[in-house]
Amino acid sequence: MDFAGLFSIALGAILVNNFIFAQFLGICPFMGVSKKVDTALGMGLAVTFVMGLASAVCWLINEFLLVNPAIYGEGKPNLAFMQTIAFILVIASLVQFVEMFLKKNVPSLYQALGIYLPLITTNCAVLGVVLLNVQNNYNFIESVVYGITGGLGFLLAIFLFASVRERLDATMDCPKAFEGFPIALVTAGLIALAFMGFSGLKVF
Amino acid sequence: MDIKKQFKEGLVTQNPVLVQLLGMCSTMAITTVFFNGVGMGLAVLIILTCSNIVISALRKIIPDKIRIACFIVVIASFVTIVDLLLQAFVPALADSLGVFIPLIVVNCIILGRAEGFCYKNGVAASAVDGIFQGIGYTWVLIVMCLVREFLGNGTILGGLSFLNDGNGIRILPEGVGALGISLPVGGFLVLAALIAFMQWALARAEKNKTEEVAK
Repeated sequence: MDFAGLFSIALGAILVNNFIFAQFLGICPFMGVSKKVDTALGMGLAVTFVMGLASAVCWLINEFLLVNPAIYGEGKPNLAFMQTIAFILVIASLVQFVEMFLKKNVPSLYQALGIYLPLITTNCAVLGVVLLNVQNNYNFIESVVYGITGGLGFLLAIFLFASVRERLDATMDCPKAFEGFPIALVTAGLIALAFMGFSGLKVF
Repeated sequence: MDIKKQFKEGLVTQNPVLVQLLGMCSTMAITTVFFNGVGMGLAVLIILTCSNIVISALRKIIPDKIRIACFIVVIASFVTIVDLLLQAFVPALADSLGVFIPLIVVNCIILGRAEGFCYKNGVAASAVDGIFQGIGYTWVLIVMCLVREFLGNGTILGGLSFLNDGNGIRILPEGVGALGISLPVGGFLVLAALIAFMQWALARAEKNKTEEVAK
């Protein structure tokens, strides 16, 4: 096992190529669920879980059903063009499954996440990580690591942002036109600027 | 059906990006070069119109409980078609947009219009809605591209292969641009400024209206 490679993937996903601040994936829930630190943490954890699970399941489906040479023959046309449709259906059913599981076994967490749980389906970070796994030709372990650490990067970003925003909303005095959403975007931009400092970081 | 009202709503008062605040991932991610913005805007326009038409045509057949899944299948099919067409005929654009073309599936604008408009309205109205909302999205992308490319790189209209080998028209001398504007930070800041401008303009229009009524 190549631990240095896995570590480099993890570090890249959390800091250098953070899903929110460097790749712009998952901005909608990032903006929508970041008014309170508690809900932001719950959302981050749920997204991390779904991203890890989706990476694993979609890798298996892609490898064994969509591009398996044993089914279609070496170098013959395969079902790779169905990837987008197959992946989004897998993600939608996974989210549904997680929802049912939480409702039955962890009702307190289910209550806390509320409407944001079904919305994970349309989080572009989840579909994004699955598509990037295919694009980067990751193997099973690498895909799962990338999925989970990408989710942790999302968690870190939304936690930082929610903490800043909670304080800002209480004390802010800004031009009327910038009130609400625009000032939140400026805040996120400044955090993104800070995250650019990680771009020199490389591990071999 | 009120085309004039839909036109105004799609482009200004209910603009998908600046007022409804949907589809921001792609808006910030790909708007670094003019050609990207135009290509992405047109791709979304086409997919939005097609999926609006199909979903509103099927709205009486789709069961209420699984409607979101049905919408996603319809949208994903059109996204796949456009993705394959782009890869075949405009490979340069497909390369530079990368993963953001398949990600149109989860662009909230399309799902939002399906749920909020097409599920309640007829085919013709939905088609018109798709076109105008698509244009509303496209013009925001183009403005973002023009601003970010000009300030960040000192050029305009970049990425068009017939224009100066895709390098665009240079306006500021090389090295003058603020590089940060074409980096992710710039995406956040330029979009924030645009939304703030929109809020200011809408508030002003509202104020003028109430003053006129008062007179």
